[in-house]
Amino acid sequence: MQSTITTAHGSGGTATSRLIADVFMRYFHNEINAKMADAAILNIEGKLAFTTDSFVVKPLFFPGGDIGRLSICGTVNDLLTAGAAPRYISAGFILEEGLPLDTLHRVCRSMSETAKEANISIVTGDTKVIEGNGGMYINTSGIGTLQNAAISFDTAQQGDAIIVTGNLGDHHACILSQRLSLNNTIQSDAAPLNGILEALTSNQLNLHGIRDITRGGLATVLNEIAEATGLSPVIEEIKVPVAEDVAALCKILGLDPLYMGNEGKLVLLVPQEQAAMAVAAIKKAPYGKNAAVIGTLEAQAGVRVRTRLGGVRMLAALQGEGLPRIC
Amino acid sequence: MKIDEVISFLRSCQTPVTIMEVCGSHTASILKNGIRQLVSPSIRLVSGPGCPVCVTTASYIDALIELALLKNHTVLSFGDMFKVKGSTLSLAEAKSRGADISLMLFPLEAIHLAQDNPQQTFIIAAVGFETSSPVYALLADQIVQKGIKNIKLLTALKTMPSILELVCQTESIDAFLCPGHVCAITGTKPFEHLACIHQKPFVVAGFEAEHILAALYEIVVQIKENRHTLTNLYRSVVREAPQPKANRLINQYFESGSAYWRGIGEVENSGLYLRREYEFLDAGSKNLRAEDFPANCRCADVIMGRISPQACPLFAKQCTPESAVGPCMVSAEGACGNAINS
Repeated sequence: MQSTITTAHGSGGTATSRLIADVFMRYFHNEINAKMADAAILNIEGKLAFTTDSFVVKPLFFPGGDIGRLSICGTVNDLLTAGAAPRYISAGFILEEGLPLDTLHRVCRSMSETAKEANISIVTGDTKVIEGNGGMYINTSGIGTLQNAAISFDTAQQGDAIIVTGNLGDHHACILSQRLSLNNTIQSDAAPLNGILEALTSNQLNLHGIRDITRGGLATVLNEIAEATGLSPVIEEIKVPVAEDVAALCKILGLDPLYMGNEGKLVLLVPQEQAAMAVAAIKKAPYGKNAAVIGTLEAQAGVRVRTRLGGVRMLAALQGEGLPRIC
Repeated sequence: MKIDEVISFLRSCQTPVTIMEVCGSHTASILKNGIRQLVSPSIRLVSGPGCPVCVTTASYIDALIELALLKNHTVLSFGDMFKVKGSTLSLAEAKSRGADISLMLFPLEAIHLAQDNPQQTFIIAAVGFETSSPVYALLADQIVQKGIKNIKLLTALKTMPSILELVCQTESIDAFLCPGHVCAITGTKPFEHLACIHQKPFVVAGFEAEHILAALYEIVVQIKENRHTLTNLYRSVVREAPQPKANRLINQYFESGSAYWRGIGEVENSGLYLRREYEFLDAGSKNLRAEDFPANCRCADVIMGRISPQACPLFAKQCTPESAVGPCMVSAEGACGNAINS
């Protein structure tokens, strides 16, 4: 019979020790966590960026990723948007009774591989077991170090170009397709974006603010940028990159890619004269090939979209939950 | 004629004209494409009663919730019904309190669910216009053919011609942008009849920006030339005659009856109900109470074209997409839900 997680695994006793040795240390082993101390000792100097995120996605595995990859990427990308180099990350697991042990192995292997790709070390962790139906949840908290000043929207200026690093809506469309058992080829974009940030900083670009486009989608992020800068993002509908399959799914379900989440896309502001260079740099980096300038930061008048035929519409932040509509 | 020329014509139009777009998908497309900004302010576009969510009564939502709270009952509903308030709760709120309600994308998925879970009764929230009715008829057909005992329908199905007749009789609308998908099922005849009797242009169009602009152009030209005919600009999909297969199915399982429209009241011959011989599939659709309407909510005035969404005293104050009082604020197709984002 297949081995599963039981309450004993969360008791702190021998079953917990075995779980740590057989699973967590197998995938996460490094010099820092090998000491098996209650707290990891980190040797860091200078300014730090610190962030936390929790992951509750269902299903746990989906085309293009899994909850483990997501739990590393989400926190890593948050650090990157501040201009920090990701260094250390924690992994807190809440496991439901009945979770197949094999599932935990697969998730941890994926976390280990993604952490390696994102150049971050998993240095501490925790496990709790709760009643349930074999689900799992992960919290990760990450620390990054800042070489230069933190990137912030304080430096944004009227006329700045708005750039997105790739196609919108992939992750959301992928998860929705899985939940609705739709057969299509849509893959999640879950990815750590270290390469894109390196490309931007090594080209000496003036980054006037970066956000990752997760829940709420680009529309919500642009509204947050408007609030932070006191200026108005205005985007061109036809310049917004959306994959054909995602666009088709949205059309059928009555969803708008501007309100759909990603797990590997950034929106950033750069001075207009550096826009072409920034896009060229992002395109050469991993996960950046569909980058595009989509608009401009204009004087305050609300977040707007210029439509294909020259109309204009306001773009509000996501309200409530995006649901498929009737017709 | 090029689209630029159409836009330029509509932009320079001086004739005051009030056009009702009947279908919620047209409302959504007009907003999405910024069409109001492309045409002259003299062309007033108002939303009609063609968003199925917006015209569904609170008592219908209440009935769904009651069913979803019964032991071994699951209600299957389309997504945008989830946020519509019943007299106290929406489906989403009821679900969070333990009512068994699931998202449905296509009604026929109930067949497999019912076969796989024979102890469970599945209630289909059958909401929609002529466009949706054939699918529910197909579902009823499959239930009967396969002898499935554990699916029932709670219907709130509506039909367009009678409500548009009412709009023509009571409201000052100059012309109508006809619902393209409804016309694909009904054919253009019922609307031709309305155009003729009420002497107003009725133009059938698709849902892309170009389709809608072409229809507005046709309407303005007709009004300038004092013509009032039905014009079908959606010939790739819509015929003069009703779609035979769909109508055969609808007529086999459903019959016409009077229906309650949220805020508007009872309208003769504007609803579809399971025929007497298939009443065993019905979950109580005919016994729904007439409606208590929230005080000050003017959704009905909005969808009859009497006032703009902004003229409702609750608009953007007590009534927002996050906490909608009236159904017009709930749906992406609702007049108010659209207006608050424009």
